[in-house]
Amino acid sequence: MGTPTPPPASTSAELDGETALGLLRTMWRIRCFEERVAQLKRTLQVHGLIHLSIGGEGVAAAICGQLRDDDTVYSGHRAHGHAIAKGAPLDRVMAELMGRSDGLCRGLGGSMHLVDRAHGLLGATGVVAGNIPLAVGNALAARLRGSDQVTVVFFGDGAVQTGYFSESVNLAALWELPLILVCENNGFAEFTPRSAHTTVERVCDAVAPYRFPCQSVDGTDVGALFAVFAADLDLARRGRGPLLLECMTHRRRGHYEGDQEAYRDALADAEWQRRDPLARLQADAIAQRWLDEAGAGALEQGARAEVEQAVSFARASPFPALELAGELVYASER
Amino acid sequence: MAREIPYIAAINEAIHQEMARDESVLYFGQNLATTENDEFLKAFGSDRVRVTPISETAEIGMAVGAAIAGMRPVVELYMAEFMLVAMDQVVNEAPRFRYMSGGRVKVPLVLKAGYGFTAGWAGQHTGSIYGMFMGIPGLKVALPATAADAKGLMATAIRDENPVCYFHHYLLTLEPGEVPEGEYLVPFGQASVRRSGGDVTIVATGWMVGKALAAAESLAAEGIEAEVIDPRTLVPLDIDTILSSVEKTGHVVLVDQATRHASASALIAAEIADHGFSALKAPIKQVTALDASVPYSEPMEAYVLPDEAKILCAVHQVLGTAPVAA
Ligand SMILES: Cc1ncc(C[n+]2csc(CCOP(=O)(O)OP(=O)(O)O)c2C)c(N)n1
Ligand SMILES: [Mg+2]
Repeated sequence: MGTPTPPPASTSAELDGETALGLLRTMWRIRCFEERVAQLKRTLQVHGLIHLSIGGEGVAAAICGQLRDDDTVYSGHRAHGHAIAKGAPLDRVMAELMGRSDGLCRGLGGSMHLVDRAHGLLGATGVVAGNIPLAVGNALAARLRGSDQVTVVFFGDGAVQTGYFSESVNLAALWELPLILVCENNGFAEFTPRSAHTTVERVCDAVAPYRFPCQSVDGTDVGALFAVFAADLDLARRGRGPLLLECMTHRRRGHYEGDQEAYRDALADAEWQRRDPLARLQADAIAQRWLDEAGAGALEQGARAEVEQAVSFARASPFPALELAGELVYASER
Repeated sequence: MAREIPYIAAINEAIHQEMARDESVLYFGQNLATTENDEFLKAFGSDRVRVTPISETAEIGMAVGAAIAGMRPVVELYMAEFMLVAMDQVVNEAPRFRYMSGGRVKVPLVLKAGYGFTAGWAGQHTGSIYGMFMGIPGLKVALPATAADAKGLMATAIRDENPVCYFHHYLLTLEPGEVPEGEYLVPFGQASVRRSGGDVTIVATGWMVGKALAAAESLAAEGIEAEVIDPRTLVPLDIDTILSSVEKTGHVVLVDQATRHASASALIAAEIADHGFSALKAPIKQVTALDASVPYSEPMEAYVLPDEAKILCAVHQVLGTAPVAA
C-alpha cells in the first residue's frame, strides 16, 4: 500500500496490539472478499443484486468482533461484512453468493439473505428496516429466557425514516430490551442523499426523546468505535437497553454493483485515504509498531489466499437439488 | 407515428405527457430526480416531482390523501414488494374510501411497481404478486407486456378515477417496441389477441406473453395453431375475448409467472369453467410458478418458473398429442 500522504491514524488508545491486529485481519478478509465478489459479479459468476460494504468494514469488525457466538446479529441488504465479522466462514458465504448447495443458506438466499445460526447471524433482509422489529423480538426472547445474550441490529441511515424504525424503537424502549441499534450512516439511501429524505441530520436526534444511551461516532475510526461499543455492550450484557450507536461511514462503491453513480461525484483518492477505516487502522498499527509493512502485506496476502480458497470451494460445490425449492416452503421438523 | 423505444421509455413518456396535459398529476418516489438533469424535474419542477423518504406507508397514504383532495399522484415504488409495507393504505384505504363514502369521494391514484425480477434477486424482490390485489374490490390492475401497452396503459391509469396498481415487468425494462408518439391510450378491460390460431387458446401475461408466442411458433412448425391472448388488465378482466377464443379452440393453457395459488390464471380458469365449460374438449391446464418463494440459485430459479418448454408440454397434454407428463 504505497500511499503519498499517510491516512490519519485511528485513535487506538483503547486498543492493544493483539486486538488491533485481530480487527485488521477481519477487515482485510472482508475487503478482499468483497473485491473478489465485485469481479465475480462482473463476469456473472455471482448473479443477482450485490451491495458491497467497502468503506464500512471497521463497523462490522469492531462490533461483531466483540460479540459472542450466542449473541445475535441482524443485518440488511449490505450484509457480507457483518456475516464475515460474526464468524461466518468465507467459503460458505462465497458458496451462497454463487448459489451452491454448500452455501450458508444452501443457495436459496443469496447475498441479501445470509443466515448462519452457528455464529449468531440470525438473518438479513432485503426490505429496508424489515430486520429491526425482528431484532426487537429476538431481544425479547433473550430476556424471557433469562440469558445475558445481546442483540445487535445493523441498518442504514435510510432505514431511520421508516415506520418500522420508529415503531420498533418505541417498543424496545418501552420494554427496556437488551438491543443495540447500530445505524451505519453513509449519507445515502440508494442514489439519494440523506438531506433529500429528512431534516434530521443525526440519527441520535431522531430518538432523543426516549433518553436511552445514544452516540454518534466516526465509523472510520475503528479504535474509537471499538471503545464506544465495548461500553455499550457492557451495559446491554447487564440487561440494559436499548442503545443506539450511529456510525458515520463512507460507501466507497455504488449502491449496488453496476451502479453508474451519476448522482454523486467520485471521492478523490486522497480523501478516500482519509476515510478508509482499514488504511487508518493499519497506519496506526504500523506507527505503534504492532505491525511493519511486511506484516501488513502478509495480512492482505493471507486474506486474498483465503478468498481464493473460498472461490475454489464454491466452484466445487454442486448446485442445490431442485426438489428443495418445493420441500423447504414449510417446516415439518420440530 | 410510431417508432421503436424501450418499454421503460414508453412508461416515462406516458407519465411525462400526462403531467404536461394535467397539472394535478404529481410524481412521487424514493429516487426521483437524483440529478438536476432529470427530465421530470426540468419539465415540472420540484413541487410536482417529489422525492420521498423510505417511508412507504406515509408515501402511499399521503398519495391517497392527495388523490382524495383532487390530485392525481403517480407513486413510483420500484419493486412491487415495497407496497407490502403499506398494505393497509393499498388494500384497506385507497380502494375502499370511495365506496364507504357512498361515492362521495374518489381516489385517482397510480401505484407504479416493477415485478418479477427473476435474475437472482431472490425471495423478496422477484415476486409476481398482482394476484394479491386482484381480489380487492376498488383496485384496478394493469400488466403491460409490450412497450406500446406500457405507454397506453399508463396514460389510461393516470386518467382513471380509481386507484390502479400498474405492474411493469422488470425483465422487459429495456425491451424495445413500436410505440405511437403523442397521446396514446389503451383502454382497460380489452384483451389483445397477440396471435390467432384455431387449435388451442393460450392466455399469458407480462413476460410470459413472449414465452407463449415463442411456444406458439414451435407449435406452428408441428402444425398446431395456437391463439395467444394477453389480457393486459387483470381488473377489469376481458373474459369475453378469452371465452370466444375457447369457443373456437376448445382447448386452454393458462400461463402465469405468479405462484399457482395466487395467480391470475387460477381466476381465469374458474371463469372459463363457469362460463365456457361446454366449449371445453379437455381440462384446462395451468402453467405457473411453483408455490414457493423464488430461490436465489440460478438453476433453481429456472426450475420454479414457467418457461417455453413447460408451455409446449402443457399444450401437448391438452391436445392429447403427447404422453401425459407430471
Ligand atoms: C421497504 C423498502 N423500500 C425500498 C427499498 C429499496 N432500497 C434498497 S436499499 C435502499 C436504500 C437504503 O439506504 P440505507 O438504509 O441508508 O442503507 P445503505 O444502502 O446506504 O447501506 C432502498 C431504498 C427496500 N429495499 N425496502
Ligand atoms: Mg445509507
